[in-house]
Amino acid sequence: MTEEQTKLAIENPKMSARDVKVFYGDKQAIKGVSIDVGMDHVTAFIGPSGCGKSTFLRTLNRMNDTVASARVEGEITLDGENIYAASMDVVQLRARVGMVFQKPNPFPKSIYENIAYGPRIHGLAAGKADMDVIVEKSLRRAGLWEEVKDRLTESGTALSGGQQQRLCIGRAIAVEPEVILMDEPCSALDPIATAKIEELIHELRGRYAIVIVTHNMQQAARVSQRTAFFHLGDLVEYGVTSDIFTNPRQERTKDYITGRYG
Amino acid sequence: MTGPAIILLLAGLGAIAWVSARARAMRLQTVARATGRRDAVHSLPGYHGWYVALWTLIPAVIFLAIWANVAPGLVTQSVLADPAAQSLPLDGFSRSAILGEARAIASGDQAGAFNPLSQGLVEPYRAALNKYGVAGGVLALVLAFAGGAYAFTRVRPDFRARTRVERLVMASLLIASLIAIVTTVGIVASLLWESFRFFSMVNPIDFLFGTKWSPQSAAMGYGNDDAFGAVPLFWGTIFIGAIIAMIVAIPLGLMSAIYLTQYASPTVRKWMKPTLEMLAGVPTVVYGYFAALTIAPALRDFAVMIGIHGASSESALAAGLVMGVMIIPFVSSMADDSIAAVPQSMRDGSLAMGATTSETIRKVLIPAALPGVVGGVLLAVSRAIGETMIVVMAAGLAANMTLNPFASVTTVTTQIVQLLTGDQEFDSAKTLAAFALGLVLFIVTLLLNIVALRVVKKYREAYE
Repeated sequence: MTEEQTKLAIENPKMSARDVKVFYGDKQAIKGVSIDVGMDHVTAFIGPSGCGKSTFLRTLNRMNDTVASARVEGEITLDGENIYAASMDVVQLRARVGMVFQKPNPFPKSIYENIAYGPRIHGLAAGKADMDVIVEKSLRRAGLWEEVKDRLTESGTALSGGQQQRLCIGRAIAVEPEVILMDEPCSALDPIATAKIEELIHELRGRYAIVIVTHNMQQAARVSQRTAFFHLGDLVEYGVTSDIFTNPRQERTKDYITGRYG
Repeated sequence: MTGPAIILLLAGLGAIAWVSARARAMRLQTVARATGRRDAVHSLPGYHGWYVALWTLIPAVIFLAIWANVAPGLVTQSVLADPAAQSLPLDGFSRSAILGEARAIASGDQAGAFNPLSQGLVEPYRAALNKYGVAGGVLALVLAFAGGAYAFTRVRPDFRARTRVERLVMASLLIASLIAIVTTVGIVASLLWESFRFFSMVNPIDFLFGTKWSPQSAAMGYGNDDAFGAVPLFWGTIFIGAIIAMIVAIPLGLMSAIYLTQYASPTVRKWMKPTLEMLAGVPTVVYGYFAALTIAPALRDFAVMIGIHGASSESALAAGLVMGVMIIPFVSSMADDSIAAVPQSMRDGSLAMGATTSETIRKVLIPAALPGVVGGVLLAVSRAIGETMIVVMAAGLAANMTLNPFASVTTVTTQIVQLLTGDQEFDSAKTLAAFALGLVLFIVTLLLNIVALRVVKKYREAYE
């Protein structure tokens, strides 16, 4: 870490990564990234395609485990506990660190069942009444309740793209995570649906630590308080969002946000 | 003129046509290029070559094909017109036997005559064969020349030879696919026709709903219509193909597909999948004797040991078990495809919620892949009920309606084989019953296939 980045180190970080390297076979995708993610702000990862921002995001809840050739080095902690330690149960980890994907991926089940899926596998509801409460609360938080309360039995895949994505956010919220990772959550949505998701991110801030990967710099500027700029597997610069966009310290960051490449 | 000689000659003519037309087109091209316009000749010289060569060959070949069917009739006619034919017996059967013998001697397939009458006809036959052979050859060559010459005059700079050749390529591809369709239609038509004849002898209701199957007694004349009641066969077919075989194939096929797609490392998958698919390459007759010689006796001994009555050395269970094993790769590869067609994002979504791999499979992948799996199972059933060799060898011939898997049952396909082997008069109800059974089998498998493909297709659309 550079000195400036050290100053940015957060007291009581929710998650912190130290010198994380990711390899796909022989190819190194992440080259030693150290970063802290705090509870109080939305952190945005920006950078050109293929810079490793999504790969890094997926190391935070060990989704890279599903890729056979991927290998992760370094240390990532959640509340001070190394998530790559042998004692860490990946099922527990993913219940605490939820994820929303690039393309809305509701299960081909009813809206109700989509939300109930997580609580059910983690045994969070004591009975049907309890589950109803969880479903309603999650859908309200995802800003979807008013739109779907009368058709909870309809298929989740029948919703519009923006509604599907909010359903996926609601589904992630339903298991009471502490961190929510969002991997370009608006890239498949139209501007109005995007605005709704961004609004939702604002509302969720503070309750969950949110990390969002985006290729849209305006979006990063709108929704985040901290921004990290990735390039070719390096974390080039990490700082307060307004600083990154108005006063980047690194030449590469400046080139990217002024649109010289990307 | 002999057949091979004509074909060689035609091939030579075709080659000459190709070369000369191509050369002419090339000359035209050179001339046209000199004017400075590169598009002055519409088609490449090669296309002109093909155009003329095809015009040389196709009419001649079509003529030869027709001639090959017409000529024998003409030959016979001219032989019959010969004075030596006056002494032929009028009875059609011995008449054609004599004519056949004379022809065989004339064309050199047979050395000497058994019937003195045919000896006298050899010479007229030889002359007629020769005459029509030469006529056919000459006509074919004339046609080839005429076609080639006509096409050659059309080789001009603005002639669109490429378009014509392309159109012909398309036509020949179309014909290739039509042949398959026409064959199918022909088979169905013959099935329908023979079945119709059968149903004019046996009441369809008795056939479809009768419970006594005994074609032998009906054929011998001391049975009654009840003997063609096919329900025991339908039951045997379903019992073996759709029940026992599926009890084996569905769980094993599905589970191996799940293991291969979700758990197996790439290395394991690389050798396990081809090995599993090898099962599909084993000839069914090998499965058949495996069932008959290994499984069936073992099952009988087992049944006797645990005290089951009616255990036979040919049993529904033996045939069904082996057929189930045969079907495994089929079910597994269909299930594999439909599980693989469930988008990775669905799986990721579930895993990211903290679901385990097996929870993800049970709650997300299988429900999402279910229509595809069901379609695959229906296709597997349709294969199993049409399967013949295993049941012929291992299931037996007794038309029993039993729930005892250790007893011998018989199936539709086994009975078809039984009905059509041996010396039978073709128009007896016994033989024709085979066609009626075939028709039923065909309709059932067709319906199963249609439903299965519908289900699979509908499900595919959901994700694409």
